[in-house]
Amino acid sequence: MDMKTFLSPRAAAVLLAAAATFLAVSGPAFASSGPDIRMEPAPGHRLDDASLQRGARNFVNYCLSCHSARFMRYNRLTDLGLTEDQIRDNLILGDAKIGDVMVSAMRPADAKAWFGAPPPDLSVIARVRGADWLFNYFLGFYRDPGSATGWNNLVFPNVGMPHVLWELSGTNRLATAEFADHEAAAAAAIANRGLALVEPIPGGKFAVRTIANETPGSMTPVEYRTFVADLVNYLEYMGEPIRNKRISLGIIVLMFLGVLFFFAYWLKREYWKDVH
Amino acid sequence: MEKMLAWIDARFPLTALWESQWGKYIAPKNFNFWYYFGSLAAFVLVIQIVTGIFLTMNYKPDATKAFESVEYIMRDVQWGWLIRYMHSTGASMFFIVVYLHMFRGLIYGSYRKPRELTWIFGCLIYLALMAEAFFGYLLPWGQMSYWGAQVIVNLFSSIPLIGEDLAVWIRGDFTISDVTLNRFFAFHVIALPLVLLGLVMAHLMALHETGSNNPDGVQIKYQPKDPATGLPLDGIYSHPYYTIKDIVGVIVFLAVFSVIVFFMPEMGGYFLEYNNFVPADPLRTPVHIAPVWYFTPYYAMLRAVPSYFGTQVWGVIVMGLAVVIFFALPWLDRGPVRSIRYRGTLYKTWIAIFVVSFLVLGYLGVVPITIWGQFAESVPLVGGVDRATVVARVFTALYFAFFVLMPWYTAIDKTKPEPTRVTG
Repeated sequence: MDMKTFLSPRAAAVLLAAAATFLAVSGPAFASSGPDIRMEPAPGHRLDDASLQRGARNFVNYCLSCHSARFMRYNRLTDLGLTEDQIRDNLILGDAKIGDVMVSAMRPADAKAWFGAPPPDLSVIARVRGADWLFNYFLGFYRDPGSATGWNNLVFPNVGMPHVLWELSGTNRLATAEFADHEAAAAAAIANRGLALVEPIPGGKFAVRTIANETPGSMTPVEYRTFVADLVNYLEYMGEPIRNKRISLGIIVLMFLGVLFFFAYWLKREYWKDVH
Repeated sequence: MEKMLAWIDARFPLTALWESQWGKYIAPKNFNFWYYFGSLAAFVLVIQIVTGIFLTMNYKPDATKAFESVEYIMRDVQWGWLIRYMHSTGASMFFIVVYLHMFRGLIYGSYRKPRELTWIFGCLIYLALMAEAFFGYLLPWGQMSYWGAQVIVNLFSSIPLIGEDLAVWIRGDFTISDVTLNRFFAFHVIALPLVLLGLVMAHLMALHETGSNNPDGVQIKYQPKDPATGLPLDGIYSHPYYTIKDIVGVIVFLAVFSVIVFFMPEMGGYFLEYNNFVPADPLRTPVHIAPVWYFTPYYAMLRAVPSYFGTQVWGVIVMGLAVVIFFALPWLDRGPVRSIRYRGTLYKTWIAIFVVSFLVLGYLGVVPITIWGQFAESVPLVGGVDRATVVARVFTALYFAFFVLMPWYTAIDKTKPEPTRVTG
């Protein structure tokens, strides 16, 4: 198949012109003027079983008291290299059976009364929010005496959930620095190397909001970040337990199609030899 | 074997059907890259039907169970995740393939006499496909399923006098509900697939009656016959030549398809929208309701058209016309040649404008209308208006200009003479 039959020069020219114009038009033609959040990438890795096992432990210890994961069965955790006995002994806290789904002990009606809304099911939360968002969410809590729970969050403003991990992380406060223009603010946000929010404030200035530690928790900052990274890694696994298998199967399928393509293309050439 | 075939042929035209539709069908020998997308569309249709059958075995069209049953398929049904990802990827790939197939028809003038009916059946397939995709998108019962359906059905309620009643009639309820889910399921799994299959048959039969067009627009049917083979000079049997060639196309397609299914099934939120992993909640309207990418050019038009006389119906009319106008193409084109290869600068410019308009509108339909901010109040005419809205209006006008001005620019365009033999 030479270039000519693949795509005629004219068609290629039309396509190229169209693509170029499209890129020119759809690019960030105008600077955004709203708030702009910078997040840290979540450090978890999908093949890190130790991290996933710790994440599962963190999940059942801290999340499952209020949140359910109604699409996740306990025995599915064998994916992470655990035996059913290990799951039963370490990860099932109530009287659930190994084949049951993860259901919180909290009654939805109580939850609604206490938090304003029932805590969402977390089975596929990572598919909604993404790992980076979740990771920064757990780093983004700060003290806010004005809110109902006494907590607020830089990633999820006015969130109904209190900072349940505060004993581990310690308490944080919101740090705000003001800059005369957007460029200086954006530079400061980058220099911060972590979660930062840049937003316009009255007077044509820009504020950079970051999280600053107030009182230490039972974990060091590094330990807490590892704890959260493991948890988020687990949440991502739980959102799509088949992911690792999907990816490894995909490689085999593509290799198979590569071989098949070779034979099909060779066959096509043989047949088309007599077409002139 | 031969005796059995003779037995059947005496009672049913099996051999005759096979030979007229494919086995002895004579096609031009110069099909290029663009000609893969017809067979690929048929291939995707098969993928969708087969995976759809298996999904139906475990899916529950019930507002309290639908979302859960999809996750059940993803987790507890053997290979359910693969079937589901193939179906969700297949939906988007169907539109990609069909858009490229339509574009091929556009640039090589495949819609022109004598192939008007093939084109019209094709346009009907496109309409049926849009309906099929729309009904299917409600079934996972996520937030985008729910609110997307709400927005589209509400379009009908903007029609004066009968609108509200019409919308209630479509939903079967005053809001999208379990009743709606059940009937959309019925439309998605039986009504529209039947229509689609019938139309595909008509599309192919009409094509095989007139013979295929080709990148040169040469009518091989009227060529002298090759004395050795008895075929038109530039004709070959589609079987085995195009059978073999299309198999190569299918394998390449499957490779692309597999990359998406196995490595990026959400396709960055375009094939599976992130917010659709939140179960439908009639009491919580999402901030940003975006339709799936294949509807976004029309959605951008809908949003761009302002309301006059206190009704939004104009946007709906524009959106409808933008799809329906494709039907008129065979009669709008008055050029002396079919293929873009022999057209002049005017036509090439307009088709480029059309492609750019379609892509820009598609992009604008994905993003919030405020993406580029507003024009300053001091700017004449557009002061205070969202920049994206103005851009969408301009490209909507250009999209329609491509069709409306076609009788003029194709007639006066400087064309080159069409050859009598294909050029390869």
